[in-house]
Amino acid sequence: MTNKILAYIESKDNKFKNSAFEVISEAKKLASALGCEFDVLTVTNQGNPEINGLSAYGAKKVKVVDANGLNALAGSPIKYSHTAIAKVIGEVANSGYSIIIMSATSFGKEIAPSVAMKTDTAFCPDVVDIKISDGKISVTKPVYAGKAYSEIKFNSDKVLLTLRPNVFKAEKSDGAVEIENLDLSSLNITAADFKTVVKDVVITSEKLDVAEADRIVSGGRGMRGPEHFNLIENLAASIGAATGASRAVVDAGWRPHGEQVGQTGKTVSPSLYIACGISGAIQHLAGMSSSKCIVAINKDKDAPIFQVADYGIIGDVFEVLPVLTEEFNKLT
Amino acid sequence: MKIVVCVSLVPDTTTKIKISGTNKTIDETGVSFVINPYDEYAVEEAVRLKEKNGGDVTAISFGNDKYKEAIKKAFQMGADAGVLIKADGEFDSYTVAKNLSDAIKEIKPDIVLFGKQSIDFDGSQIPAMVGELLNMPAVNIVTKLDINGTAAVIEREVEGGKEIIEANLPLIIGTQKGINNPRYPNLKAIMASKSKPITEKAPSYTGNKLEVTEMKLPAAKSKGKILDGGAASVPELVKLLREEAKVV
Repeated sequence: MTNKILAYIESKDNKFKNSAFEVISEAKKLASALGCEFDVLTVTNQGNPEINGLSAYGAKKVKVVDANGLNALAGSPIKYSHTAIAKVIGEVANSGYSIIIMSATSFGKEIAPSVAMKTDTAFCPDVVDIKISDGKISVTKPVYAGKAYSEIKFNSDKVLLTLRPNVFKAEKSDGAVEIENLDLSSLNITAADFKTVVKDVVITSEKLDVAEADRIVSGGRGMRGPEHFNLIENLAASIGAATGASRAVVDAGWRPHGEQVGQTGKTVSPSLYIACGISGAIQHLAGMSSSKCIVAINKDKDAPIFQVADYGIIGDVFEVLPVLTEEFNKLT
Repeated sequence: MKIVVCVSLVPDTTTKIKISGTNKTIDETGVSFVINPYDEYAVEEAVRLKEKNGGDVTAISFGNDKYKEAIKKAFQMGADAGVLIKADGEFDSYTVAKNLSDAIKEIKPDIVLFGKQSIDFDGSQIPAMVGELLNMPAVNIVTKLDINGTAAVIEREVEGGKEIIEANLPLIIGTQKGINNPRYPNLKAIMASKSKPITEKAPSYTGNKLEVTEMKLPAAKSKGKILDGGAASVPELVKLLREEAKVV
């Protein structure tokens, strides 16, 4: 079977997130290693000017399915439908693609298993490394929340991968994109494909989510109470970071669950992770130890967090954080 | 209401993972196994639906004899019947989904609940795969579920917010922390659970599309630069982050 890669990228309010650029860059790299072609697929508004910008990451051919046209088939007003988009990807992928890649965002996680079933592909989610040997793909996937890694091969010529955000590089490239607007009628979408429909999206936080952030500042029990998390937020703001939390403070109700980093929260791999007043329970370490640079601030010199830290300060968070925020604010 | 809850068994979250002699699985020596933490939310939601609407809850698990522990935990929380699809060995998510689907099909449930992911493979994929196999809508990472007749309104956690989703029963739900507070079984419930039956079944499918060729631990980190001067060390830390790590 000749390989051909389909890179599906998400569009949110007609914008593409960094995770989309990571997927395109990786598709380009894979295509070059396998000596095959790759196409980009997205469901967005037809004529979205951002599509042309995808060339900056190496996209050459972009297949566009009009989001409004698709939603109109639902029969009632909707924002979008995971099941209908999964059907779109499945229909396009089944027109001759052997490798499908997308991002392991909350959206990608929701649709990828359905796409895998519709395309009869072997599916590995949340991949952090891809290797090619003798024209065959194998991948690395964190397991046990990152306490271990599995090397996985596929007993199938057809493969679907979701890439963990923030792990693969979005590399700049040159060229122009050729846009192909797909005809909805060619995709066999019916009202029955809208098994689940999103009626509304409620934004509860304007801040960047820890799962997508390139920098994270997290607070733990050492912050002593929810009223002190302004220190975490100020430090995060000084370097454009997202705020995270340990399980202890989420369970205590100090912080929302969406911020929890660890084995029963989110597993993250930012460029910079600053742990403040977090002792480093094994569940927390599992969720953040693949961060590229870890900084720990804790008054207990024996705290396990220091064993995974690249840099750290032994000291009281209430004294260190304001000074650190001030120093970061001075940086240009 | 016919309710199914799928449960798995995983190493306790405090487990320090070691790799077995095959280099493909974890060393289970001394590991304490518990019901997958997210499955507790699924069982709790299942039992609450039964308490509200009547009906019964069947807990299904796919795995070796040990997985009965997960079903027993579901019994203690209020599940009525159990099915163990008994299989020994390593199986990928598709194979698990296929076996669960075949068992679920016989029960013809109105709703199937899962934890959003099991904290071993962390795939987060089985609810949607079962949805495809049984042609049922599936929504994962759910923090709120309201059922009115055959219509469901679901809140699903996404980055920085939530989606409000509508779907019809029969329906598959993957539960996220926040949907409820799982109950602690009382002594009476624990005693009652002992007489609940677990039906054993043979797997209907054992092919694998994925194969683990090697499992390994993360590379050991070299010792970090830990400064011990408290707030007075901040300028040095910032210098290191800027000039050496180049991260700010």
